[in-house]
Amino acid sequence: MHDVSGTNLDPWYDSYAARTAGLAASEVRALFAVASRPEVVSLAGGMPYVSALPKELIQSSLDRVLDEFGPQALQYGSGQGLPQLREQILDVMALEGIRASVDDVVVTTGSQHGLELVTKLFVDPGDVVLAEAPSYVTALVVFRSFQADIEHVITDEHGLVPELLRERIAAIKASGRRIKFLYTIPSYGNPSGVTMSWERRFEILEICRSEGILVLEDDPYGLLWFDAPPPHAMRSIEEEGVVYLGTFSKTLAPGLRVGWVLAPHAIREKLILANEAAVLSPSSFSQYVVSEYLGAADWRGQIDTFRGVYRERRDAMLTALDDYLPDLSWTRPDGGFYVWLTLPEHLDSKAMLPRAVKELVAYTPGTAFYADGDGRHNMRLSFCYPTPEFIREGIRRLSVVINGELELLTTFAQTSPLPVANDPAYFVPPSNLA
Amino acid sequence: MPMHVLVLAGGISHERDISLRSGRRVADGLQAHGVNVSLRDPDASLLSHIRAARPDVVWPALHGASGEDGALRGLLDFIGVPYVGSRSDESRLAWDKPTAKTIVSRVGVPTPVSITLPREAFRELGAVGILEEISEEFSGPLVVKPAQGGSSQGVSIVDDRDKLPRAMVDAYTYWDVALIEQRIVGIEIAVSILDTGDGPVALPPVEIVPLSGVYSYEARYTAGETRFYAPARLDEATLERAKQVALDAHRALGLRHLSRVDLIVDGVGTPWFLEANVMPGLTETSVYPQALEAAGYDAGLAYEALAKAALAG
Repeated sequence: MHDVSGTNLDPWYDSYAARTAGLAASEVRALFAVASRPEVVSLAGGMPYVSALPKELIQSSLDRVLDEFGPQALQYGSGQGLPQLREQILDVMALEGIRASVDDVVVTTGSQHGLELVTKLFVDPGDVVLAEAPSYVTALVVFRSFQADIEHVITDEHGLVPELLRERIAAIKASGRRIKFLYTIPSYGNPSGVTMSWERRFEILEICRSEGILVLEDDPYGLLWFDAPPPHAMRSIEEEGVVYLGTFSKTLAPGLRVGWVLAPHAIREKLILANEAAVLSPSSFSQYVVSEYLGAADWRGQIDTFRGVYRERRDAMLTALDDYLPDLSWTRPDGGFYVWLTLPEHLDSKAMLPRAVKELVAYTPGTAFYADGDGRHNMRLSFCYPTPEFIREGIRRLSVVINGELELLTTFAQTSPLPVANDPAYFVPPSNLA
Repeated sequence: MPMHVLVLAGGISHERDISLRSGRRVADGLQAHGVNVSLRDPDASLLSHIRAARPDVVWPALHGASGEDGALRGLLDFIGVPYVGSRSDESRLAWDKPTAKTIVSRVGVPTPVSITLPREAFRELGAVGILEEISEEFSGPLVVKPAQGGSSQGVSIVDDRDKLPRAMVDAYTYWDVALIEQRIVGIEIAVSILDTGDGPVALPPVEIVPLSGVYSYEARYTAGETRFYAPARLDEATLERAKQVALDAHRALGLRHLSRVDLIVDGVGTPWFLEANVMPGLTETSVYPQALEAAGYDAGLAYEALAKAALAG
């Protein structure tokens, strides 16, 4: 008989780095496995609708890369990225008012990788990272993985609130802790859909400049506006105090995994070294494909096509919300992928998720976007991937779930105030939760 | 020609993720012993696929509704394809926790005092009165769980009566009927039953000691978060008693091929029946494979023997 007494099924359990604490199986994550089934209307993931990208455009880029640059495209490349692609990235950023030197662009394996590299460069355990609330879930995961102390700054309909930022900075500094950077998605935020106003951008930058705090500007959605462009990027105002993250995941295709960091020269030098340490070089093949696409295709026209697709879906979601959940409130984004829904006070979006999955609709609970357990009364609804018809049906199903839950809570609210649901498990998002 | 086993994994239950992992482990184990295995996520084309492919045996490694509630098994009976595991009617009875408790208690198996309440009852009779009644009738901590479902989803331990309403809401989030059960404090064990044609055999009881104190979803499926002892750290007489209780429950419920019976052994050595699982988890962190290993079985061979038992009828 084999002795299996006293096993915990992981012989390395005591060997893991302290920063992995909390990396556990998650019931919420497991529920998302169901969202991949075709019967389920998933309003959870942030997957771009890549079917709106004509296959021929990519096919011709692929053919030219193999015909003209085969050996180089299949070889290791520079740790900073392909020079001609970095030149083209300047053209993309110019659409958001950014002027920069090609030397300050570092190509990364998606902007997610850029986010991790910047965090790796700056954050020691216990350092404070300021993050707008709510904040992109996988940014929070990265900050946690470097044992940052995440401090949220509340946002309103115009983005980060300057007075609250000042107060938070003062309180943190008074406690003797060190702030390393402020993280924000100023245009069509994930998950809120909110855009920071032009005045606020100046004000936030001024506060950070005077307090000596770096701004990490994440800008995946800035070009995906619906009716009018957002204010220019924060990096267009301030060069030395802003590290800018860009990506082709939303304007081209996330499967290519090409993003970039635009950073002041001293930071850029360290980023290149960190990039080389992590991946030697970002994918040469993907970079050549993107470069060929930008060189030959009407990429500005393709972004217009994406805008049209997402505008129609945004409209479908807002109309369905008006029709099916008129008593609730939600954001009305002018671009991007997401609507942020606020539930009645006693409804808990995480606790409600199993019922939603049973009704064949999925969303992302609001708690995923806060480091401090807040967001229980919110959920993120993505309109980027499902068709307008599916979005409407998804919202209808969601209304059934919410109304059923309200009835249940009304029944039990007679007994005593309902405490919040059990503490959320450490939330590691599924891979499709960009 | 090697036996062709169609392993079904996934589905749209809350336990889809676990099922996918269980199915992959079963498929790997069977393939390692030369069985021709195909793995499939059940969908609208499943029945026509089975009719066309005519597998020798279907292994429904599905957890949660449709996999364990007997529905799919009933359809497999219609088609006339042998399958591993309990038959449709018996699965349906065992899957419903209150029903299973009633059946096993009738053959003398002890099970904690409980009450089963659909959410409609609270709406009709008023939550205040019902919860007051529960608080008076039950002393000590309670366990509130959905009447159907697995993997500890929707399960709460209620030490403080003020938390009972929240626990009810959490249970009803998974299923419209909830089971409120007296919590027995003791050693948590699971007894796996294997029957490859010669009658059910109880494998060594596995003791479950979650580091957090609660065998939650996270504790179940995160390697390292729970310590397992196989056999459980109980004296021989208690171990035998636990095995006998599990076998009694397995037989009383009319189960077939494999099951896992979850028990709590109290301070005086009495094993209390909590629930039976007609398709126990077979993942890397699941109890059933550990029990097989503790008994000296190769898991793949055991799975092959179960498939052959299904084929033999």
